Amino acid sequence: MSRVFKGRPVVAGAISCEAVVSHGGFNTLASFQKSALMKKKQVICSDQNNPDLYNKLLTGKAVCLPQTIGSTTGGMVLHAVSAMGIAPAAMLFSKHIDSLAAAGVILASVWTGSKIVAVDLLGDDFLEYVKDGMTLSVAPDGTVTVDGE
Amino acid sequence: MRLTPEEEAILNGEQGESLAKVMKTLVLYGDAFGAEKFVDVTGPSHLVTSFGLNVLKPVFAIMDELIAGGVKAKMPFTVDPRPDFANIESGLLENLVFKKIMYGMQEAYDAQLAKLGLKNSNAYTCTCYHEEVGNIPKYGDILSWAESSAVVYANSVIGARSNRNSGIIELFGAILGKVPFFDLLTDEGRQAKWVVEVKTSKLPEAQVLGSTVGMKVMEDVPYVKGLGQFLGSELTGGVKDYLKDFGAAAASNGAVGLYHIEGLTPEAAEKGEGLIAEGAKTYVIDDAELDRVKASYPVIWKNKETKPVRCFIGCPHLSYRQLDDWVKKFGAELQKQGKTKVGMITVFTAAPDVIERFKTENMDAYGKLLRYGIKLSGFCPLMYMNNPLAEKKPVITNSNKLRTYTSARYYTDDEIVAIAVKGGF
Repeated sequence: MSRVFKGRPVVAGAISCEAVVSHGGFNTLASFQKSALMKKKQVICSDQNNPDLYNKLLTGKAVCLPQTIGSTTGGMVLHAVSAMGIAPAAMLFSKHIDSLAAAGVILASVWTGSKIVAVDLLGDDFLEYVKDGMTLSVAPDGTVTVDGE
Repeated sequence: MRLTPEEEAILNGEQGESLAKVMKTLVLYGDAFGAEKFVDVTGPSHLVTSFGLNVLKPVFAIMDELIAGGVKAKMPFTVDPRPDFANIESGLLENLVFKKIMYGMQEAYDAQLAKLGLKNSNAYTCTCYHEEVGNIPKYGDILSWAESSAVVYANSVIGARSNRNSGIIELFGAILGKVPFFDLLTDEGRQAKWVVEVKTSKLPEAQVLGSTVGMKVMEDVPYVKGLGQFLGSELTGGVKDYLKDFGAAAASNGAVGLYHIEGLTPEAAEKGEGLIAEGAKTYVIDDAELDRVKASYPVIWKNKETKPVRCFIGCPHLSYRQLDDWVKKFGAELQKQGKTKVGMITVFTAAPDVIERFKTENMDAYGKLLRYGIKLSGFCPLMYMNNPLAEKKPVITNSNKLRTYTSARYYTDDEIVAIAVKGGF
């Protein structure tokens, strides 16, 4: 059974991909820095403080999260990994998008032409329902359909 | 957002394509937060991106585009620490990795920063608000700052107003001289959604308390009660240092951009509990809660019992007063352990301008620091740690920020001085 969640598109787009889920705040710098610095072709989450995502693949996934936390390099890091072609395909926020993540997805969109689809305000239910490995699809109007177990 | 005719003209490219893209980015940024207008920036900016990392080519491309478009910050800005690895006893291989592989773009990036309005060649620090550096906002100033520890200090300890801007966004605000009006720039956004009650038996370690608060409230504004019994009611230099370290931990372990300390920080002293939002949640922190959080910090050393080889103190950068205090602490511990020099590579970090003052105005302490074998540097320990050579080394720190982003292991101030002098556990 699939479930539908309605959010607000911050960077609109249509995409279908696999979910990875962080129930706590997602530290952008801590998560991406190791793979980006080593110029890896894919990002493996390097945030040792994130038990949900540590050592998991982020590239091409829909990262489902409440908000991002940590260093104010966060937006710049998202912009850089997007330009490098190793960013998540989408970032789906249960809460209102935070200033660092918003900066990152907007910078990527305006300055590199690459896109990280971003939808926020999906609600706590979304983060409770979605699990690692579930397939989800995002519509340009911010509708997220999650295929159930 | 509602734009003025002048802002519309910039967006439409009448002042060049580069400025139009800067404006478009900030309009989209403001729209994401429901900002209705821009407000003027009233103080110099502080930038987070100070490092010429080769992988940041997309950022350097933006800088090039801005410079080619002839734009510049309206006021000279400061920036985070420069990756200068002199005086920290890095090895030959490490130096090769730093200069050729990781930070190969540094000189080119320094030149870009200068062209865009960097204050001067000493303006590299995460603590630009120290008097020696001089990028000190006034109460109520509207800022376009990044660097999580600096933003939270400017908002909380000074009472200026900046959002937690990302790198690049803060530069765009500095160039336009305007920022979208939302969140921490507004009275409503500065209301506390949490009341934190500190009920500990003694003054908590600033870095652990900050971490504890940050992990709980995440991006919300906390109103902290109970610290006055330990810190008093005056923002002395020592209290500012404590709040600097508290805020840095809250901002990196969570996403705190502003906190109020009852009876102490300027807005709390002025408005009191009127700053607490209706329906605010309560979080009680006692000794057991601090112990629980400290015990939760992961240790990712392969061998947890291995002997540490390096100790970093000063993330965020130490103040002049803290430098003096740390020299005293190490002197006392050396005497206690019957030693004359520290037992591992120990590096204090501070702003270049603070180091210059320390060397010239406090020659007695500086001489002791040298005799103790302690290194003094203006670099950022995080930049040293983020490479495959350094990350495998057992490093200890009293910084919860450094712990969060690297394999460095956290110890309290008292613990770390004992370990660094002894040369192990």
